[in-house]
Amino acid sequence: MDVQTTRVIISSAVRPKLRPYVHMRRDDLRGNWVLLSPERIMTLDEVARAILKLCDGKQSVDEIAVNLAKAFQAPKDVIEADVTEFLQELADQLLID
Amino acid sequence: MPNLSLPTGLLAELTYRCPLQCPYCYNPLELTKADKDLDTAAWLSVFEQAADLGVLHVHLSGGEPTLRPDLEELVACLANRGVYTNLITAAVNISKERLQGLKDVGLNHVQISFQSLDKDRADNLSQYKGGLAKKIEAAKWLREIGLPLTVNVPFHRNNLDELDGIIDMSVDLGAHRIEIAQVQYYGWALLNRAALMPTREQVAEAMEIADAAKKKYLGILNIDHVITDYYAKYPKPCMGGWGAEIINITPDGRVMPCHAAGTIPGLEFDRVPDTPLKQIWEMSSAFQKFRGFDWMVEPCRSCDRKEIDFGGCRCQAMALTGDAAQADPACTLSPHHERMRDMAVEEAAVEGGEVPFTYRKIGSLGDGV
Repeated sequence: MDVQTTRVIISSAVRPKLRPYVHMRRDDLRGNWVLLSPERIMTLDEVARAILKLCDGKQSVDEIAVNLAKAFQAPKDVIEADVTEFLQELADQLLID
Repeated sequence: MPNLSLPTGLLAELTYRCPLQCPYCYNPLELTKADKDLDTAAWLSVFEQAADLGVLHVHLSGGEPTLRPDLEELVACLANRGVYTNLITAAVNISKERLQGLKDVGLNHVQISFQSLDKDRADNLSQYKGGLAKKIEAAKWLREIGLPLTVNVPFHRNNLDELDGIIDMSVDLGAHRIEIAQVQYYGWALLNRAALMPTREQVAEAMEIADAAKKKYLGILNIDHVITDYYAKYPKPCMGGWGAEIINITPDGRVMPCHAAGTIPGLEFDRVPDTPLKQIWEMSSAFQKFRGFDWMVEPCRSCDRKEIDFGGCRCQAMALTGDAAQADPACTLSPHHERMRDMAVEEAAVEGGEVPFTYRKIGSLGDGV
């Protein structure tokens, strides 16, 4: 692991993925998905789960937004703005890069 | 009966043995000896039960958890159940090979405690020679191995002047997170409070430094800063509420809602593995005692913040008011708050070093247990 010296900025072209130490798993007892990371448990709602499922390091934010726009039948630019905001928050918490 | 939630986190104190003797250790003053420590089979059973009960994070702590030769087996068990594991270590007696081995069986995260960046200060605080260099070396190994690191630094009036340097060091070490943990006064820290308490000015300056660093290192280093309760406005939401999220298990298997709960007279703690963990969580008298809101007295009972901070910490209320059901005096709404703050200001006025420490040691106070 290299020392990170700059903040990851989420843009259309970025191909986001969970950092290797972040685990996304189903929590059967509570009936939801969770994101586990150092000292942190994030409960994922349906939308958050749908976004992160597509963060495989291969698809760009632009492509993710196209996919979600289809799935949720919503305008792509609205979706992309929401996705970018959500992913930037996660990047700032060192959960994705 | 209050709504019963599922526990999310478990703090497993695997042994009270520790090579360091930090005078602010949160462990209880009566430290059980190693011959009372639960064996491997008992911990494996506890961890399986914890996973069944909904626990998502297990913090492997102590004392020094790496003193247990069965640590790999315990981590493997938890990893197998999808439980996220956090090793809380002094990192003075662990090799790179062992860290790699722990990662290989599924360890997720390591937290290393630092006392000071000044070698002599660090040696003096921990009563252990050469610890600082070993910790820095271990932190570098973690980066090479690819395990995320939290730098945990308990701060007090004798090292708060190092805050910005320690934050920068954490970035240089490639840490994931720094926990700026101003000492809270439980266990050994309460005993040594007069030697540790920072001044109000120190705490104000630390807040400025930490806030500036949070901006500067946004997206580079996660920074968690907790100031000492004595200078807080409102209490911390201790344990996310009593018996609401966290389980603490002592080396000899006593199951507690919080690591300091043993200081509250009259509480009885059931033990694993003799009693099933689920039964203890759901029904034991210690967990029921301060669950929900019915136990509260004023000013908590009618307070609109009661669902935010749950009245603060029961153990601190006990220590400072003699009644565990009182509002945590860290709260400005508590009738005891002013006395608490005056006490802090008075104790902090003594120059550091003039008050001698009582160092943490098994069996050093009373008869031991």
